[in-house]
Amino acid sequence: MVEPTPVRVIDKPDDEETVWDILRGVPDPEIPVINVVDLGIVRYVRMPGPEVGVTLTYSGCPATEVIRESIELALHERGYADATVKDVLSPAWSSLWISAEGRARLADFGIAPPNSEADNRPACCPHCGSDESELVSEFGSTPCKSLYRCLACLEPFDYFKCH
Amino acid sequence: MDPRVKYLLRLADSSLILGQRLGEWVGHGPALEEDLGLANISLDLIGQARLLYAYAGEMEGQGRSEDDLAFLRAPDEFANVSLVEQPNGDFGATVVRQFLFDAWQLELYQALAGSADERLAEIAAKAVKEVRYHERFSSGWLIRLGDGTAESQRRVSEPLQDMWKFTTELFSADELDEQMCAAGVGPDLTELHSAWSARVEQVLEEATLSRPADVEYGWFGKSGAHTEHLGYILADMQYLQRTYPGASW
Repeated sequence: MVEPTPVRVIDKPDDEETVWDILRGVPDPEIPVINVVDLGIVRYVRMPGPEVGVTLTYSGCPATEVIRESIELALHERGYADATVKDVLSPAWSSLWISAEGRARLADFGIAPPNSEADNRPACCPHCGSDESELVSEFGSTPCKSLYRCLACLEPFDYFKCH
Repeated sequence: MDPRVKYLLRLADSSLILGQRLGEWVGHGPALEEDLGLANISLDLIGQARLLYAYAGEMEGQGRSEDDLAFLRAPDEFANVSLVEQPNGDFGATVVRQFLFDAWQLELYQALAGSADERLAEIAAKAVKEVRYHERFSSGWLIRLGDGTAESQRRVSEPLQDMWKFTTELFSADELDEQMCAAGVGPDLTELHSAWSARVEQVLEEATLSRPADVEYGWFGKSGAHTEHLGYILADMQYLQRTYPGASW
């Protein structure tokens, strides 16, 4: 007797947690050390579908389209053919939504994580830890960062602005 | 056209045209940091315009997309304030134009964040966070240049004199402004004016510049009466879509 060819079943459990796990594997295209969940831009996951609600960081962030596409692609690849991404306008994204894990990853990568609205400047240099730094430019390599220079080790570094 | 759609287009057009103007600086900034700064502000403004156009298009209900509204309207259909279409000039002139605009947009969007139109309020609340940064950049530079050398002061005081006339429009309510204010959608422009004046005077003082005298001026871009500069901006910006209709990436 011939054994039947096993049918390849794509594991596609219908629970939210699996979807959140997949999303944790989707990096921010411009700061790839942080994923979209740790960045705090995923607002909700609704089953079935799933429908993923995403809040943009800055209105003009050029990474927006890429983020939307990478989320859809990641879910489609895992068998969620009907996955869609919905823009959520309100409440506006806040840098307070970046997770503790995300903040740690930013610092490891050399980007000072957001400090506080009251003191919107880097708490310390991500390279040497000194708290002495000066602003080089209000706008850095992406809309969400400004450029600083450490006054102790003299290295320039990015600061993720409070927003 | 529904007055609400018209009002959204006014807001969107001002952001888009200034975003396009600032885009002309890319690769020409006085230093890399300022080049990036102006490009970032430009991106934010174009992003705001997109959100507003998309909403206006949906509300209008005639199937016009954000691209149709940006690329397929004629100069007299554009309703941006005249200030934003003024040429870049040198970095000093750009800083002056930017500061006058940012200080206005900040007050305006703070008010719009409490608009009776929920979606407009959401767009404004998001944009306010960005505009605050723009104002920090432009006021910072205005102070440095004004309170700098004799030459740097001349480079900002002349454009300030020259562009001041375009601020009249920002606070002169026309029929549409009054209608929107009455409906709770838009702010009272008189209140906006005093808040703007206070902030502008504070920065000008720190920049050791004096506030020019208010003048009556007839160019009201928001009702479609533009200076000659808008046509050139649109010719440049709309060229591709006009030549190859429907072209996409």
